[in-house]
Amino acid sequence: MNSVSIPATPIASSVSAMSTRRVIGAYLAEARSECLRYMRAPGFMLPIILFPTMFYLLFGVIMNGSAGADTLRYLLVSYGVFGVMSPGLFGFGVSLALERDGGLLTYKRALPMPPGAYLLGKMLMAMVAAAVVILLLLAIGLTLGHVTLSLPQVALMLLTGILGVLPFCALGMLVGTFIKGQGAPGMLNLVYLPMSFLSGLWVPLGMLPKAVQQIAPVWPPYHLHQLGLAALGLEHGSVMMHFAMLLGFAGVFLFIAARRLRRYG
Amino acid sequence: MHTSSDVVARLCGVVKRYGGVTALDGVDLVLQRGELLAVLGPNGAGKTTSIGLLLGLMRPDAGRVELFGMDPQQIDARRRIGVMLQSAMLPPTLRVGELLRLVSSYYPHPRALDESAALAGIADLLQRPYGKLSGGQQRRVQFALALCGRPELLFLDEPTVGMDIDARRKLWNAMRTLVAEGCSVVLTTHYLEEAEALAQRVVVMAKGRVLSEGSVDALRAHVPLSRIRCVTDLDVAAVSAWPQVASAEREGARLRISTNEPENVLRRLLDADLALSELEVQRAGLAEAFTELTREETAEQEAA
Repeated sequence: MNSVSIPATPIASSVSAMSTRRVIGAYLAEARSECLRYMRAPGFMLPIILFPTMFYLLFGVIMNGSAGADTLRYLLVSYGVFGVMSPGLFGFGVSLALERDGGLLTYKRALPMPPGAYLLGKMLMAMVAAAVVILLLLAIGLTLGHVTLSLPQVALMLLTGILGVLPFCALGMLVGTFIKGQGAPGMLNLVYLPMSFLSGLWVPLGMLPKAVQQIAPVWPPYHLHQLGLAALGLEHGSVMMHFAMLLGFAGVFLFIAARRLRRYG
Repeated sequence: MHTSSDVVARLCGVVKRYGGVTALDGVDLVLQRGELLAVLGPNGAGKTTSIGLLLGLMRPDAGRVELFGMDPQQIDARRRIGVMLQSAMLPPTLRVGELLRLVSSYYPHPRALDESAALAGIADLLQRPYGKLSGGQQRRVQFALALCGRPELLFLDEPTVGMDIDARRKLWNAMRTLVAEGCSVVLTTHYLEEAEALAQRVVVMAKGRVLSEGSVDALRAHVPLSRIRCVTDLDVAAVSAWPQVASAEREGARLRISTNEPENVLRRLLDADLALSELEVQRAGLAEAFTELTREETAEQEAA
């Protein structure tokens, strides 16, 4: 009956072929919606912005205001690192844990979303949030704290924040693959707060016990802190070594997380 | 005659296990271009697993899965499908229009935004945040997201759960429009009337196997009985003894008779009781056929 045969294959390939422009458009659309949805969620943005800025105002500008510009400069880096960790950890970890639980991740995997767009979108969102936190801290430091920084120093600090969020994105992603749903924020705080303390973000390492000082290099924030201090001219250690350590941490976390995601979804 | 180019999706002897549980036990399924296939079955029958395999969400332990002749994990295959899953919590702070634009961006030749919205009946919701919508409205938005990429094949997993009757009818009409355009649809549902109203072909699954496959009429033919109900004072025992009467029982003033030859039984019934009233004759529906099929399966399993 069906004597008319339709050559299926050539049509098929042209139907599903996607122009490069549209593929890039898909990445952009994904990143845009990821940023929009979190910027609109005060429950996510407020703690990320408020904690580091309030701490810097209180423990820096108000309580240590008389201690001199170098102390405020040091604390700017400490709270900057503290502030940069949370969009990475929470932005990735909590959202991944919730989206694995709520079925959004499954849905996205079923859709023809270009590979990696999901993670790239979240990464970009975390980088934007980190930039906002650093800019706010810089504004407080430069105006209320009377910290003086050169333009390259400001730029380096911003760059350290924006790139420094990435290892914490990877760590957040790793935690997000272990926990589903509502348990994630609690678990992430158990990672976030002790790690900040042990890396010397709250109390300078020099004032902490010797043992804590010695194990500090196993924590990623320690290295970001050192990089930040170097950016503001307070430390002249081996920048490359800290950079390499952070890169290594990010690589290992990402590798394990990606493996777990592929296996268990 | 079906050439292979008419086949849009195929499961071939597929086995899928989760730990010790066998979710699919040698399932064969072929979907032709432009047909609406309903997959029915009790919970745990393997419907969602079958769809998950066709979407490339997991890999089979044995057998072959094809989507447009490709591996479903290839993005080129998935660019030709639309998906509506049973449970997907979409970002609540995004507006409906933004969600629609986002999902459209994944496809090579998507529909215009207004066209998708009109088809799914959500034109008035585009500016609303997704999280502020009612359950039924959210389902309609998910349907719009499924069709916005101009798919050749649509997967709808329990699409009308949580919808009122009016919304359900509208969705059915939209599905008919899509099928008329040449789109194939795989529909899983708990509502048998939905399958009855829409499907050209019905597959019944239970315990990871396909129990029956065919047209709605063919499936109904599994249960060749009709039901007669009427108010009469005829004796139940006497009526039960008539030839062609499968069973008869009394419900208050009414008599309920099951038969495979309703015409003959009716003739005799009307002769026997001139005062007979409130007569109803009903052919066994998909629901009875479905119950029958899955009950046989349970009985077999218990016997084994």
